[in-house]
Amino acid sequence: MKPRPFTNFSGIAAPLPLKNINTDAIIPAPYLRSPSADLAAGLFARWRYDDQGQEVPDFVLNRAPFRAAEILLGGENFGCGSSREAAAWALARFGIRCVFAPSYADIFYENAFRNGILAAKLSLEALDHAVSLAGAERAMFAVDLERRVLACPDGRELGFEVPAFRAEALTRGDDDIATTLRFSEDIAAFVARDGRERSWIHDLGDRA
Amino acid sequence: MVSRSLFDKIWDFHRIRAMDDGRDLVFVDRHVLQETTSAVAFDGLAEMMRPVRFPGLTFATQDHIVSTELRRDVASNPGGRELIGLMRANAERHGIPMYGLGDPRQGIVHVIGPELGIVLPGTIVACGDSHTSTAGGLGALGIGVGTSEVEHVLATQTLVLPKPKTLRMRFDGKAGLGITAKDMVLHALGQFGIAIGVGHAIEYAGEAIRALPVEGRLTVCNMSIEFGGRLGLIAPDEAAFAYIKGRAFAPSGEMWARAVAHWQTLFTDEAAIFDRELSLDISKAAPQITWGTTQEDVIGVDQAIPDPDTIADMDRRQRIAAAVEYMGVTPGKPIAGLPVDVVFIGSCTNARLSDLEAAAAIARGRHVAPGVRALVVPGSSAVKREAEARGLDKVFTDAGFEWRSAGCSMCVSINEDIVPPGARCVATSNRNFENRQGPKARTHLASPAMAVAAAVSGAITDVRRLA
Repeated sequence: MKPRPFTNFSGIAAPLPLKNINTDAIIPAPYLRSPSADLAAGLFARWRYDDQGQEVPDFVLNRAPFRAAEILLGGENFGCGSSREAAAWALARFGIRCVFAPSYADIFYENAFRNGILAAKLSLEALDHAVSLAGAERAMFAVDLERRVLACPDGRELGFEVPAFRAEALTRGDDDIATTLRFSEDIAAFVARDGRERSWIHDLGDRA
Repeated sequence: MVSRSLFDKIWDFHRIRAMDDGRDLVFVDRHVLQETTSAVAFDGLAEMMRPVRFPGLTFATQDHIVSTELRRDVASNPGGRELIGLMRANAERHGIPMYGLGDPRQGIVHVIGPELGIVLPGTIVACGDSHTSTAGGLGALGIGVGTSEVEHVLATQTLVLPKPKTLRMRFDGKAGLGITAKDMVLHALGQFGIAIGVGHAIEYAGEAIRALPVEGRLTVCNMSIEFGGRLGLIAPDEAAFAYIKGRAFAPSGEMWARAVAHWQTLFTDEAAIFDRELSLDISKAAPQITWGTTQEDVIGVDQAIPDPDTIADMDRRQRIAAAVEYMGVTPGKPIAGLPVDVVFIGSCTNARLSDLEAAAAIARGRHVAPGVRALVVPGSSAVKREAEARGLDKVFTDAGFEWRSAGCSMCVSINEDIVPPGARCVATSNRNFENRQGPKARTHLASPAMAVAAAVSGAITDVRRLA
């Protein structure tokens, strides 16, 4: 499906700079039981709600400015564990358009971009700076994708990293499948050639 | 000829073209679907009116949300009904072979892949599940993908990916008593950490890897994802070919000889260069068990829980302290002797026949300790039948274990198999994250034999004392 094109914006940044935040934490398994589950409500559910389903007042996304956060400041190896794309969907439905972290686990990284979320790499030092400012009242951060800069409320600009092709695809809101289908002839040629070379891959007869 | 790694050979073979952006368009030989990550992908196809490009190279099962009750049907788990129904309807609509509930070939995706000969050496296998890396045990590239990529593979039979870097992880030495494939990979996670594999394809090599039976190799590769990357593999050899021969979708007749000739080219050249090389000696390792909330929080069963106060790095100290608190363990105290409430033997990591045999060998003639709930969940319906034919079900039920039907069960806990809040579970699965097996559940990962040792002792126990 075609994600909405990414545009530069200014928004509130929620600090959650823990290492190894896994996708089970981002969206717990019970929210995967139905395609119609309320993923915005499920985002970080085990941290957001207590045993009775009441909000945990201390948790960052339950605190005043951060309920409206559009940026998440995460820690190293963000999104490790399960491949569940619902982790990216939950972030998006909550309103997060951009995650900053020093590093990402491979599958989450891919899933984020496929859903129009900018998963930008920020050095630990830069991240610390952003986190230190995120709590202040009306602290707005400005994301500039073309310049690869996160402008902080104190005026300091933090450079972030995102591969050029991912930035361009985000800006255009590419439909990846449509892009690949442009190479249908190459795929067909591969299959024709490979069918002769590795017939055991393509010729399963009626065994299925 | 340039020297290449096993990974390079397979990747290059599948490269249809290099994209302008530096990524590669690679062909996917086998696509396996499961019910919890495919429904939205089919919705996407429907919305764009796109067909499934190669339904004959696509296979579907139901494993995640299905009930594992011994006598089960769709009604056994009402919460799973929607996704189970959608998987069946989508497979039917697109002509995809479906081995779901009630089918003798049903099972966990990563167990039935090798078992049915769907996974073959040198193939690229995609599946909407992170543990697709399991396929590496047969020398395949198993790529775990998200739902958008599932849709992409359905529509194009390809993936567009940046070529990962390569990492070789060498396991030297001979495995001692009680050391299984699970202990080896847990030990490596403890040594190297859970982010060492980010952006890399891992090739496992060395004496101890070569000595592993095929099912053990599947266990090691299964946990590749826990290093942060998404690929891990082991060069296929005669043992792998023998494992494959005669399986449902394995080549036969004239095709078999040609396939083997191709597979024999699948090894890392002597002079191949890896982006990163690591090695560890496993000869001194004790059976491993996790104590905390990531897989790198692992120690030998003869060791003590780490003490956060002795850790200089503040960041790490905080993380260890939080894990100690969540897990309800005492710093400095030996992990052996910690009482357990639940024992789970199952999952794509450790629910193949050899795992159940290893578990039964310890369970035989013993009994689950009072107050402990112990489950054995075979990895596939075929594993279940074969185990029953060998009388293993009887060994387990006589010993007080529950004998259940095949599925993911208490590894992902998306069906009704859940560890109660605060309860301590020794599990043969792959993730000990907070709340993974249920809200506030405390998970200790270990081998099947170690899990049985905990079940019969009522506490974490060094299996070498029972063997």
